[in-house]
Amino acid sequence: MKHRQGAGLKLRGIHRQFEGRPVINHLDLDVAPGEFLAIIGPSGCGKSTLLRLLAHLDQADQGTLDRSEADLDVAFVFQDPCLMPWRSVIDNVALPLELQGVPRHHRIPAAEALLKTVGLGDAQGKFPQQLSGGMKMRVSLARALITRPDLLLLDEPFAALDDITRHHLDDHLQSLWLSHPMTVVFVTHSLSEAVYLADRVIVLSAGGGNITLDYKVPLPHPRTAASRLSTPFIDHLRTVSEAFEGHSRTLA
Amino acid sequence: MKPLSGVLWLPPLMSFVLITGLIECSIILMDLPAYLAPRPSAVALALFIHAEELLKATRHTGIAAITGLGMSAILGALLAITLASHPLIRRAFYPYAVFFQTVPIIAIAPMLVIWFGYGQGAVVAASFIVSVSPIIANTLTGLLSTDPALLDLFRIAKASRLDTLFKLRIPGAIPHFLTGLRIASGLAVIGAIVGEFVADSYEDGGGIGTAVEIALKEQRTDLVFAAVLMSSLLGLLIFWLVSGLNQLSLKYWHLGEFKDS
Repeated sequence: MKHRQGAGLKLRGIHRQFEGRPVINHLDLDVAPGEFLAIIGPSGCGKSTLLRLLAHLDQADQGTLDRSEADLDVAFVFQDPCLMPWRSVIDNVALPLELQGVPRHHRIPAAEALLKTVGLGDAQGKFPQQLSGGMKMRVSLARALITRPDLLLLDEPFAALDDITRHHLDDHLQSLWLSHPMTVVFVTHSLSEAVYLADRVIVLSAGGGNITLDYKVPLPHPRTAASRLSTPFIDHLRTVSEAFEGHSRTLA
Repeated sequence: MKPLSGVLWLPPLMSFVLITGLIECSIILMDLPAYLAPRPSAVALALFIHAEELLKATRHTGIAAITGLGMSAILGALLAITLASHPLIRRAFYPYAVFFQTVPIIAIAPMLVIWFGYGQGAVVAASFIVSVSPIIANTLTGLLSTDPALLDLFRIAKASRLDTLFKLRIPGAIPHFLTGLRIASGLAVIGAIVGEFVADSYEDGGGIGTAVEIALKEQRTDLVFAAVLMSSLLGLLIFWLVSGLNQLSLKYWHLGEFKDS
Protein backbone atom coordinates (compact mmCIF):
# COMPACT_ATOMS: atom_id res chain seq x y z
CA MET A 1 0.00 0.00 0.00
CA LYS A 2 1.23 3.43 -0.86
CA HIS A 3 1.41 6.10 1.79
CA ARG A 4 1.63 9.26 -0.18
CA GLN A 5 0.34 12.73 0.16
CA GLY A 6 -0.13 13.13 -3.55
CA ALA A 7 2.23 14.47 -6.16
CA GLY A 8 3.93 17.84 -6.15
CA LEU A 9 4.25 19.62 -9.49
CA LYS A 10 6.75 22.24 -10.57
CA LEU A 11 6.41 23.92 -13.94
CA ARG A 12 9.03 26.35 -15.19
CA GLY A 13 8.80 28.28 -18.44
CA ILE A 14 6.41 25.80 -20.03
CA HIS A 15 5.79 26.74 -23.63
CA ARG A 16 3.58 24.92 -26.07
CA GLN A 17 2.44 26.02 -29.48
CA PHE A 18 0.35 24.55 -32.24
CA GLU A 19 1.01 25.61 -35.84
CA GLY A 20 3.04 28.60 -34.66
CA ARG A 21 0.32 29.88 -32.33
CA PRO A 22 1.35 29.71 -28.67
CA VAL A 23 -1.29 28.07 -26.50
CA ILE A 24 0.76 28.11 -23.33
CA ASN A 25 3.24 30.94 -23.10
CA HIS A 26 6.18 30.45 -20.69
CA LEU A 27 4.05 29.39 -17.74
CA ASP A 28 5.41 28.98 -14.21
CA LEU A 29 3.30 27.07 -11.74
CA ASP A 30 3.79 25.14 -8.51
CA VAL A 31 1.28 22.72 -7.11
CA ALA A 32 1.83 21.43 -3.57
CA PRO A 33 1.38 17.74 -2.76
CA GLY A 34 -2.22 17.04 -1.80
CA GLU A 35 -3.45 20.39 -3.03
CA PHE A 36 -6.79 20.85 -4.75
CA LEU A 37 -6.12 23.35 -7.54
CA ALA A 38 -8.86 24.73 -9.77
CA ILE A 39 -7.97 26.34 -13.09
CA ILE A 40 -10.42 28.68 -14.78
CA GLY A 41 -10.02 30.85 -17.81
CA PRO A 42 -11.69 31.84 -21.06
CA SER A 43 -11.98 29.37 -23.91
CA GLY A 44 -8.69 28.81 -25.68
CA CYS A 45 -6.51 29.78 -22.72
CA GLY A 46 -4.72 26.42 -22.88
CA LYS A 47 -6.39 24.77 -19.88
CA SER A 48 -6.87 21.44 -21.63
CA THR A 49 -3.40 21.55 -23.14
CA LEU A 50 -1.96 22.16 -19.69
CA LEU A 51 -3.75 19.10 -18.33
CA ARG A 52 -2.50 16.98 -21.21
CA LEU A 53 1.05 18.13 -20.48
CA LEU A 54 0.63 17.21 -16.82
CA ALA A 55 -0.67 13.78 -17.85
CA HIS A 56 2.32 13.29 -20.20
CA LEU A 57 -0.13 12.93 -23.08
CA ASP A 58 1.66 15.82 -24.74
CA GLN A 59 5.18 17.26 -24.62
CA ALA A 60 6.05 20.90 -24.02
CA ASP A 61 8.13 22.66 -26.68
CA GLN A 62 10.17 24.43 -24.00
CA GLY A 63 10.41 24.48 -20.25
CA THR A 64 10.55 21.87 -17.54
CA LEU A 65 7.83 19.94 -15.83
CA ASP A 66 8.94 18.19 -12.64
CA ARG A 67 6.73 15.74 -10.89
CA SER A 68 7.76 14.84 -7.35
CA GLU A 69 7.72 11.10 -8.00
CA ALA A 70 9.14 9.34 -11.01
CA ASP A 71 6.53 6.56 -11.25
CA LEU A 72 3.59 8.79 -10.61
CA ASP A 73 0.16 7.22 -10.82
CA VAL A 74 -1.98 9.65 -12.81
CA ALA A 75 -5.71 9.49 -13.49
CA PHE A 76 -7.68 11.60 -15.95
CA VAL A 77 -11.38 12.43 -16.05
CA PHE A 78 -12.65 13.83 -19.33
CA GLN A 79 -15.66 16.04 -19.95
CA ASP A 80 -17.31 13.06 -21.61
CA PRO A 81 -17.67 10.02 -19.31
CA CYS A 82 -15.89 7.88 -21.97
CA LEU A 83 -17.25 4.56 -20.76
CA MET A 84 -16.97 1.46 -22.88
CA PRO A 85 -20.52 0.51 -23.90
CA TRP A 86 -19.66 -3.19 -24.15
CA ARG A 87 -18.49 -3.40 -20.55
CA SER A 88 -20.69 -3.49 -17.47
CA VAL A 89 -20.34 -0.68 -14.93
CA ILE A 90 -18.16 -2.77 -12.63
CA ASP A 91 -15.86 -3.86 -15.48
CA ASN A 92 -15.56 -0.25 -16.64
CA VAL A 93 -14.48 0.82 -13.16
CA ALA A 94 -12.05 -2.10 -12.82
CA LEU A 95 -10.44 -1.43 -16.23
CA PRO A 96 -7.33 0.47 -15.03
CA LEU A 97 -6.53 -2.33 -12.56
CA GLU A 98 -7.10 -4.89 -15.29
CA LEU A 99 -4.58 -3.06 -17.49
CA GLN A 100 -2.09 -3.20 -14.62
CA GLY A 101 -2.55 -6.98 -14.48
CA VAL A 102 -4.40 -7.09 -11.16
CA PRO A 103 -6.30 -10.41 -11.01
CA ARG A 104 -10.09 -10.37 -11.20
CA HIS A 105 -10.73 -11.51 -7.62
CA HIS A 106 -8.77 -8.49 -6.37
CA ARG A 107 -9.99 -5.83 -8.75
CA ILE A 108 -13.72 -6.58 -8.58
CA PRO A 109 -14.05 -6.08 -4.79
CA ALA A 110 -12.06 -2.85 -5.09
CA ALA A 111 -14.38 -1.61 -7.82
CA GLU A 112 -17.44 -2.65 -5.80
CA ALA A 113 -16.27 -0.71 -2.78
CA LEU A 114 -15.58 2.41 -4.84
CA LEU A 115 -18.95 2.22 -6.60
CA LYS A 116 -20.61 2.13 -3.19
CA THR A 117 -18.84 5.30 -2.11
CA VAL A 118 -20.17 7.14 -5.18
CA GLY A 119 -23.66 5.78 -4.48
CA LEU A 120 -23.81 3.29 -7.33
CA GLY A 121 -23.63 0.08 -5.30
CA ASP A 122 -26.61 -1.48 -7.05
CA ALA A 123 -25.73 -0.38 -10.59
CA GLN A 124 -22.59 -2.48 -10.98
CA GLY A 125 -24.21 -5.05 -13.29
CA LYS A 126 -25.75 -2.41 -15.53
CA PHE A 127 -24.38 -1.17 -18.82
CA PRO A 128 -23.46 2.46 -19.53
CA GLN A 129 -26.39 3.22 -21.84
CA GLN A 130 -28.79 2.27 -19.03
CA LEU A 131 -27.41 5.09 -16.87
CA SER A 132 -28.19 8.80 -16.69
CA GLY A 133 -25.52 11.39 -17.49
CA GLY A 134 -24.76 12.01 -13.82
CA MET A 135 -24.47 8.29 -13.07
CA LYS A 136 -22.10 7.80 -16.01
CA MET A 137 -19.93 10.61 -14.68
CA ARG A 138 -19.84 8.97 -11.24
CA VAL A 139 -18.72 5.71 -12.89
CA SER A 140 -16.04 7.69 -14.73
CA LEU A 141 -14.92 9.23 -11.44
CA ALA A 142 -14.79 5.81 -9.76
CA ARG A 143 -12.73 4.43 -12.64
CA ALA A 144 -10.23 7.27 -12.29
CA LEU A 145 -9.80 6.64 -8.57
CA ILE A 146 -9.57 2.83 -8.64
CA THR A 147 -5.76 2.87 -8.87
CA ARG A 148 -5.55 5.31 -5.92
CA PRO A 149 -3.73 7.90 -8.05
CA ASP A 150 -1.24 10.44 -6.75
CA LEU A 151 -2.45 13.00 -9.25
CA LEU A 152 -6.03 13.38 -10.46
CA LEU A 153 -6.62 15.58 -13.50
CA LEU A 154 -10.15 16.63 -14.42
CA ASP A 155 -11.01 18.47 -17.64
CA GLU A 156 -14.37 20.19 -17.12
CA PRO A 157 -15.82 16.90 -15.92
CA PHE A 158 -19.30 18.05 -14.91
CA ALA A 159 -19.86 20.74 -17.54
CA ALA A 160 -22.57 18.82 -19.37
CA LEU A 161 -24.68 18.18 -16.28
CA ASP A 162 -27.54 20.11 -14.73
CA ASP A 163 -26.85 22.18 -11.59
CA ILE A 164 -28.31 19.77 -9.04
CA THR A 165 -26.44 16.76 -10.42
CA ARG A 166 -23.34 18.89 -10.66
CA HIS A 167 -23.51 19.87 -7.00
CA HIS A 168 -23.91 16.21 -6.01
CA LEU A 169 -20.86 15.28 -8.06
CA ASP A 170 -18.87 18.15 -6.56
CA ASP A 171 -19.62 16.67 -3.14
CA HIS A 172 -18.64 13.17 -4.27
CA LEU A 173 -15.37 14.50 -5.63
CA GLN A 174 -14.69 16.45 -2.44
CA SER A 175 -15.28 13.44 -0.17
CA LEU A 176 -13.15 11.19 -2.40
CA TRP A 177 -10.32 13.71 -2.20
CA LEU A 178 -10.69 14.02 1.57
CA SER A 179 -10.67 10.22 2.06
CA HIS A 180 -7.69 9.61 -0.20
CA PRO A 181 -4.86 12.13 -0.17
CA MET A 182 -3.98 13.11 -3.71
CA THR A 183 -3.22 16.18 -5.73
CA VAL A 184 -6.14 17.37 -7.83
CA VAL A 185 -5.97 19.71 -10.80
CA PHE A 186 -9.49 20.62 -11.80
CA VAL A 187 -10.30 22.61 -14.93
CA THR A 188 -13.73 24.18 -14.92
CA HIS A 189 -15.79 26.92 -16.50
CA SER A 190 -17.77 27.43 -13.33
CA LEU A 191 -16.36 30.03 -10.93
CA SER A 192 -18.57 28.91 -8.06
CA GLU A 193 -17.58 25.27 -8.57
CA ALA A 194 -13.92 26.30 -8.48
CA VAL A 195 -14.31 28.31 -5.29
CA TYR A 196 -16.46 25.61 -3.69
CA LEU A 197 -14.00 22.78 -4.24
CA ALA A 198 -10.51 24.16 -4.42
CA ASP A 199 -7.81 25.13 -1.92
CA ARG A 200 -6.52 27.47 -4.56
CA VAL A 201 -7.97 28.94 -7.72
CA ILE A 202 -5.91 30.25 -10.61
CA VAL A 203 -7.26 32.27 -13.49
CA LEU A 204 -5.44 31.92 -16.79
CA SER A 205 -5.47 34.64 -19.42
CA ALA A 206 -6.53 34.08 -23.00
CA GLY A 207 -3.51 33.21 -25.08
CA GLY A 208 -2.14 31.25 -22.18
CA GLY A 209 0.70 31.56 -19.81
CA ASN A 210 -0.30 34.49 -17.68
CA ILE A 211 -1.83 33.71 -14.35
CA THR A 212 -4.01 36.77 -13.80
CA LEU A 213 -5.13 35.63 -10.36
CA ASP A 214 -3.70 33.11 -7.93
CA TYR A 215 -6.13 32.94 -5.07
CA LYS A 216 -6.14 30.78 -1.95
CA VAL A 217 -9.63 29.95 -0.70
CA PRO A 218 -9.22 29.90 3.08
CA LEU A 219 -12.46 28.03 3.81
CA PRO A 220 -12.09 24.74 5.72
CA HIS A 221 -12.97 21.38 4.15
CA PRO A 222 -15.37 19.64 3.99
CA ARG A 223 -17.52 22.36 2.51
CA THR A 224 -21.24 21.73 2.42
CA ALA A 225 -24.21 22.86 0.40
CA ALA A 226 -24.92 25.48 3.08
CA SER A 227 -21.49 27.04 2.60
CA ARG A 228 -22.37 27.88 -1.01
CA LEU A 229 -24.65 30.57 0.42
CA SER A 230 -22.45 31.73 3.28
CA THR A 231 -21.16 35.30 3.27
CA PRO A 232 -17.43 34.37 3.22
CA PHE A 233 -18.01 32.03 0.26
CA ILE A 234 -19.79 34.76 -1.68
CA ASP A 235 -17.00 37.21 -0.85
CA HIS A 236 -14.38 34.82 -2.24
CA LEU A 237 -16.51 34.14 -5.28
CA ARG A 238 -16.83 37.88 -5.91
CA THR A 239 -13.06 38.38 -5.75
CA VAL A 240 -12.38 35.59 -8.23
CA SER A 241 -15.25 36.69 -10.40
CA GLU A 242 -14.00 40.28 -10.55
CA ALA A 243 -10.53 39.13 -11.53
CA PHE A 244 -11.99 36.91 -14.23
CA GLU A 245 -14.47 39.48 -15.56
CA GLY A 246 -11.99 42.33 -15.32
CA HIS A 247 -9.53 40.48 -17.41
CA SER A 248 -12.15 39.41 -19.94
CA ARG A 249 -13.30 43.00 -20.23
CA THR A 250 -9.82 44.32 -21.00
CA LEU A 251 -9.68 41.74 -23.79
CA ALA A 252 -13.06 42.72 -25.20
CA MET B 1 -49.17 1.21 -34.24
CA LYS B 2 -51.15 -1.86 -33.20
CA PRO B 3 -54.26 -1.38 -35.34
CA LEU B 4 -52.01 -1.01 -38.39
CA SER B 5 -49.98 -4.18 -37.91
CA GLY B 6 -52.86 -6.41 -39.11
CA VAL B 7 -52.88 -4.79 -42.53
CA LEU B 8 -49.13 -4.26 -42.83
CA TRP B 9 -48.78 -7.10 -45.33
CA LEU B 10 -51.67 -5.83 -47.42
CA PRO B 11 -50.02 -2.93 -49.35
CA PRO B 12 -47.06 -4.99 -50.63
CA LEU B 13 -49.41 -7.84 -51.55
CA MET B 14 -51.69 -5.48 -53.46
CA SER B 15 -48.80 -3.89 -55.33
CA PHE B 16 -47.47 -7.36 -56.14
CA VAL B 17 -50.81 -8.53 -57.55
CA LEU B 18 -51.19 -5.29 -59.48
CA ILE B 19 -47.72 -5.32 -61.03
CA THR B 20 -47.63 -9.01 -61.94
CA GLY B 21 -51.19 -8.74 -63.27
CA LEU B 22 -50.18 -5.77 -65.41
CA ILE B 23 -47.15 -7.62 -66.79
CA GLU B 24 -49.25 -10.71 -67.48
CA CYS B 25 -51.91 -8.71 -69.32
CA SER B 26 -49.46 -6.67 -71.39
CA ILE B 27 -47.54 -9.77 -72.48
CA ILE B 28 -50.82 -11.38 -73.59
CA LEU B 29 -52.08 -8.20 -75.28
CA MET B 30 -48.80 -7.55 -77.12
CA ASP B 31 -48.60 -11.21 -78.01
CA LEU B 32 -44.95 -11.45 -76.97
CA PRO B 33 -43.37 -14.87 -77.54
CA ALA B 34 -42.42 -16.81 -74.36
CA TYR B 35 -38.68 -16.88 -75.20
CA LEU B 36 -38.67 -13.06 -75.18
CA ALA B 37 -40.72 -12.43 -72.05
CA PRO B 38 -42.21 -15.20 -69.95
CA ARG B 39 -45.59 -14.56 -68.36
CA PRO B 40 -45.51 -14.33 -64.57
CA SER B 41 -47.94 -17.22 -64.41
CA ALA B 42 -45.51 -19.33 -66.46
CA VAL B 43 -42.69 -18.38 -64.09
CA ALA B 44 -44.84 -19.39 -61.13
CA LEU B 45 -45.66 -22.68 -62.82
CA ALA B 46 -41.99 -23.37 -63.59
CA LEU B 47 -41.15 -22.54 -59.99
CA PHE B 48 -43.72 -25.08 -58.88
CA ILE B 49 -42.87 -27.87 -61.35
CA HIS B 50 -39.10 -27.56 -60.92
CA ALA B 51 -39.24 -26.80 -57.22
CA GLU B 52 -37.08 -29.76 -56.25
CA GLU B 53 -34.22 -29.04 -58.70
CA LEU B 54 -34.38 -25.32 -57.98
CA LEU B 55 -34.20 -25.86 -54.24
CA LYS B 56 -31.27 -28.21 -54.71
CA ALA B 57 -29.50 -25.63 -56.89
CA THR B 58 -30.23 -22.89 -54.35
CA ARG B 59 -28.75 -25.01 -51.60
CA HIS B 60 -25.69 -25.67 -53.75
CA THR B 61 -25.17 -21.95 -54.37
CA GLY B 62 -26.06 -21.10 -50.80
CA ILE B 63 -23.32 -23.34 -49.41
CA ALA B 64 -20.75 -21.75 -51.72
CA ALA B 65 -21.92 -18.21 -50.88
CA ILE B 66 -21.92 -18.80 -47.13
CA THR B 67 -18.47 -20.41 -47.31
CA GLY B 68 -17.18 -17.46 -49.34
CA LEU B 69 -18.79 -15.01 -46.93
CA GLY B 70 -17.35 -16.83 -43.92
CA MET B 71 -13.86 -16.67 -45.44
CA SER B 72 -14.39 -12.98 -46.16
CA ALA B 73 -15.44 -12.38 -42.57
CA ILE B 74 -12.39 -14.11 -41.08
CA LEU B 75 -9.73 -13.05 -43.58
CA GLY B 76 -11.24 -9.57 -44.04
CA ALA B 77 -11.19 -8.92 -40.31
CA LEU B 78 -7.62 -10.20 -39.96
CA LEU B 79 -6.50 -8.09 -42.91
CA ALA B 80 -8.19 -5.02 -41.44
CA ILE B 81 -6.45 -5.58 -38.09
CA THR B 82 -3.10 -5.89 -39.90
CA LEU B 83 -3.76 -2.73 -41.89
CA ALA B 84 -4.82 -0.83 -38.78
CA SER B 85 -1.68 -1.78 -36.89
CA HIS B 86 0.57 0.84 -38.49
CA PRO B 87 0.18 3.75 -40.95
CA LEU B 88 3.14 2.45 -42.99
CA ILE B 89 1.56 -0.98 -43.40
CA ARG B 90 -1.65 0.76 -44.39
CA ARG B 91 0.09 2.88 -47.01
CA ALA B 92 1.95 -0.10 -48.39
CA PHE B 93 -0.85 -2.62 -48.55
CA TYR B 94 -4.23 -0.87 -48.63
CA PRO B 95 -4.10 -0.45 -52.43
CA TYR B 96 -4.06 -4.25 -52.72
CA ALA B 97 -7.15 -4.46 -50.54
CA VAL B 98 -8.88 -2.01 -52.86
CA PHE B 99 -7.93 -4.36 -55.71
CA PHE B 100 -10.55 -6.82 -54.45
CA GLN B 101 -13.18 -4.15 -54.85
CA THR B 102 -12.22 -3.11 -58.35
CA VAL B 103 -11.32 -6.45 -59.87
CA PRO B 104 -13.91 -7.35 -62.56
CA ILE B 105 -14.94 -10.74 -61.25
CA ILE B 106 -16.25 -11.88 -64.63
CA ALA B 107 -12.81 -11.31 -66.14
CA ILE B 108 -10.89 -13.07 -63.44
CA ALA B 109 -13.27 -16.03 -63.09
CA PRO B 110 -11.57 -18.05 -65.88
CA MET B 111 -8.29 -17.65 -63.99
CA LEU B 112 -9.99 -19.06 -60.91
CA VAL B 113 -10.81 -22.16 -62.96
CA ILE B 114 -7.15 -22.49 -63.87
CA TRP B 115 -6.13 -22.12 -60.24
CA PHE B 116 -8.84 -24.10 -58.50
CA GLY B 117 -10.26 -26.30 -61.27
CA TYR B 118 -13.95 -26.61 -62.10
CA GLY B 119 -16.17 -26.94 -59.06
CA GLN B 120 -16.96 -25.41 -55.70
CA GLY B 121 -13.37 -24.23 -55.04
CA ALA B 122 -13.45 -21.65 -57.82
CA VAL B 123 -17.05 -20.68 -56.98
CA VAL B 124 -16.17 -20.04 -53.33
CA ALA B 125 -13.12 -18.05 -54.44
CA ALA B 126 -15.28 -15.83 -56.66
CA SER B 127 -17.73 -15.31 -53.82
CA PHE B 128 -14.84 -14.42 -51.49
CA ILE B 129 -13.22 -11.93 -53.89
CA VAL B 130 -16.48 -10.05 -54.39
CA SER B 131 -17.51 -9.96 -50.73
CA VAL B 132 -14.24 -9.29 -48.88
CA SER B 133 -13.68 -5.60 -49.61
CA PRO B 134 -16.67 -4.11 -47.72
CA ILE B 135 -15.60 -6.14 -44.70
CA ILE B 136 -12.01 -4.86 -44.90
CA ALA B 137 -13.10 -1.27 -45.49
CA ASN B 138 -15.73 -1.16 -42.74
CA THR B 139 -13.67 -3.00 -40.13
CA LEU B 140 -10.70 -0.76 -40.85
CA THR B 141 -12.86 2.34 -40.41
CA GLY B 142 -14.07 0.94 -37.09
CA LEU B 143 -10.54 0.14 -35.91
CA LEU B 144 -9.32 3.63 -36.80
CA SER B 145 -12.25 5.55 -35.30
CA THR B 146 -11.65 4.56 -31.70
CA ASP B 147 -12.65 7.31 -29.26
CA PRO B 148 -9.44 9.38 -28.84
CA ALA B 149 -10.27 10.02 -25.17
CA LEU B 150 -10.39 6.28 -24.52
CA LEU B 151 -7.06 5.92 -26.32
CA ASP B 152 -5.67 8.62 -23.99
CA LEU B 153 -7.07 6.70 -21.05
CA PHE B 154 -5.22 3.58 -22.18
CA ARG B 155 -2.03 5.58 -22.66
CA ILE B 156 -2.26 7.05 -19.17
CA ALA B 157 -2.83 3.55 -17.78
CA LYS B 158 0.32 2.48 -19.70
CA ALA B 159 -1.64 -0.25 -21.48
CA SER B 160 0.25 -2.56 -23.82
CA ARG B 161 -0.40 -2.47 -27.57
CA LEU B 162 -2.10 -5.86 -27.34
CA ASP B 163 -4.40 -4.72 -24.55
CA THR B 164 -5.26 -1.60 -26.52
CA LEU B 165 -6.06 -3.76 -29.55
CA PHE B 166 -8.08 -6.48 -27.85
CA LYS B 167 -9.76 -4.48 -25.09
CA LEU B 168 -10.42 -1.25 -26.97
CA ARG B 169 -9.94 -1.18 -30.73
CA ILE B 170 -11.46 -4.54 -31.68
CA PRO B 171 -14.56 -4.41 -29.44
CA GLY B 172 -15.18 -0.86 -30.64
CA ALA B 173 -14.97 -1.98 -34.28
CA ILE B 174 -17.52 -4.81 -33.97
CA PRO B 175 -20.52 -2.72 -35.13
CA HIS B 176 -18.57 -1.55 -38.21
CA PHE B 177 -17.50 -5.11 -38.95
CA LEU B 178 -21.13 -6.27 -38.78
CA THR B 179 -22.23 -3.50 -41.14
CA GLY B 180 -19.56 -4.68 -43.58
CA LEU B 181 -20.77 -8.25 -43.19
CA ARG B 182 -24.33 -7.24 -44.08
CA ILE B 183 -23.21 -5.44 -47.23
CA ALA B 184 -21.02 -8.44 -48.09
CA SER B 185 -23.84 -10.95 -47.66
CA GLY B 186 -25.65 -9.87 -50.84
CA LEU B 187 -22.40 -9.63 -52.78
CA ALA B 188 -21.38 -13.16 -51.74
CA VAL B 189 -24.43 -14.62 -53.56
CA ILE B 190 -23.70 -12.57 -56.69
CA GLY B 191 -20.07 -13.71 -56.61
CA ALA B 192 -21.08 -17.35 -56.25
CA ILE B 193 -23.50 -17.19 -59.20
CA VAL B 194 -20.95 -15.46 -61.43
CA GLY B 195 -18.46 -18.13 -60.37
CA GLU B 196 -20.93 -20.83 -61.34
CA PHE B 197 -21.43 -19.34 -64.81
CA VAL B 198 -17.77 -19.90 -65.50
CA ALA B 199 -16.56 -22.59 -63.18
CA ASP B 200 -19.39 -24.93 -62.18
CA SER B 201 -18.57 -28.61 -62.57
CA TYR B 202 -22.24 -29.63 -62.94
CA GLU B 203 -21.50 -32.04 -60.15
CA ASP B 204 -24.60 -32.74 -58.08
CA GLY B 205 -26.77 -30.85 -60.60
CA GLY B 206 -24.91 -27.56 -60.06
CA GLY B 207 -26.09 -24.31 -58.56
CA ILE B 208 -28.40 -21.47 -59.58
CA GLY B 209 -25.87 -20.05 -62.03
CA THR B 210 -25.77 -23.40 -63.79
CA ALA B 211 -29.56 -23.68 -63.77
CA VAL B 212 -29.82 -20.24 -65.43
CA GLU B 213 -27.22 -21.19 -68.03
CA ILE B 214 -28.96 -24.46 -68.95
CA ALA B 215 -32.40 -22.86 -69.05
CA LEU B 216 -31.06 -20.09 -71.33
CA LYS B 217 -29.64 -22.65 -73.76
CA GLU B 218 -33.05 -24.31 -73.89
CA GLN B 219 -34.74 -20.90 -74.32
CA ARG B 220 -36.74 -21.66 -71.16
CA THR B 221 -37.02 -18.06 -70.02
CA ASP B 222 -39.71 -18.99 -67.48
CA LEU B 223 -37.13 -21.21 -65.79
CA VAL B 224 -34.48 -18.45 -66.02
CA PHE B 225 -36.75 -16.09 -64.13
CA ALA B 226 -37.68 -18.80 -61.64
CA ALA B 227 -33.96 -19.37 -60.95
CA VAL B 228 -33.28 -15.63 -60.68
CA LEU B 229 -36.14 -15.39 -58.19
CA MET B 230 -34.58 -18.19 -56.15
CA SER B 231 -31.21 -16.41 -56.13
CA SER B 232 -32.85 -13.22 -54.86
CA LEU B 233 -34.55 -15.22 -52.13
CA LEU B 234 -31.21 -16.80 -51.25
CA GLY B 235 -29.62 -13.37 -51.02
CA LEU B 236 -32.44 -12.21 -48.76
CA LEU B 237 -32.14 -15.31 -46.59
CA ILE B 238 -28.41 -14.79 -46.05
CA PHE B 239 -28.98 -11.09 -45.42
CA TRP B 240 -31.60 -11.94 -42.78
CA LEU B 241 -29.30 -14.49 -41.16
CA VAL B 242 -26.51 -11.92 -40.96
CA SER B 243 -28.90 -9.24 -39.67
CA GLY B 244 -30.09 -11.63 -36.98
CA LEU B 245 -26.49 -12.30 -36.03
CA ASN B 246 -25.95 -8.54 -36.06
CA GLN B 247 -28.80 -7.88 -33.63
CA LEU B 248 -27.68 -10.71 -31.36
CA SER B 249 -24.08 -9.54 -31.17
CA LEU B 250 -25.01 -5.89 -30.71
CA LYS B 251 -27.18 -6.99 -27.82
CA TYR B 252 -24.33 -9.08 -26.45
CA TRP B 253 -21.90 -6.18 -26.78
CA HIS B 254 -24.54 -3.77 -25.45
CA LEU B 255 -23.98 -1.41 -28.32
CA GLY B 256 -27.55 -0.20 -28.27
CA GLU B 257 -26.78 3.15 -29.82
CA PHE B 258 -25.44 1.55 -32.98
CA LYS B 259 -28.55 -0.55 -33.53
CA ASP B 260 -30.56 0.56 -36.50
CA SER B 261 -34.30 0.17 -36.36
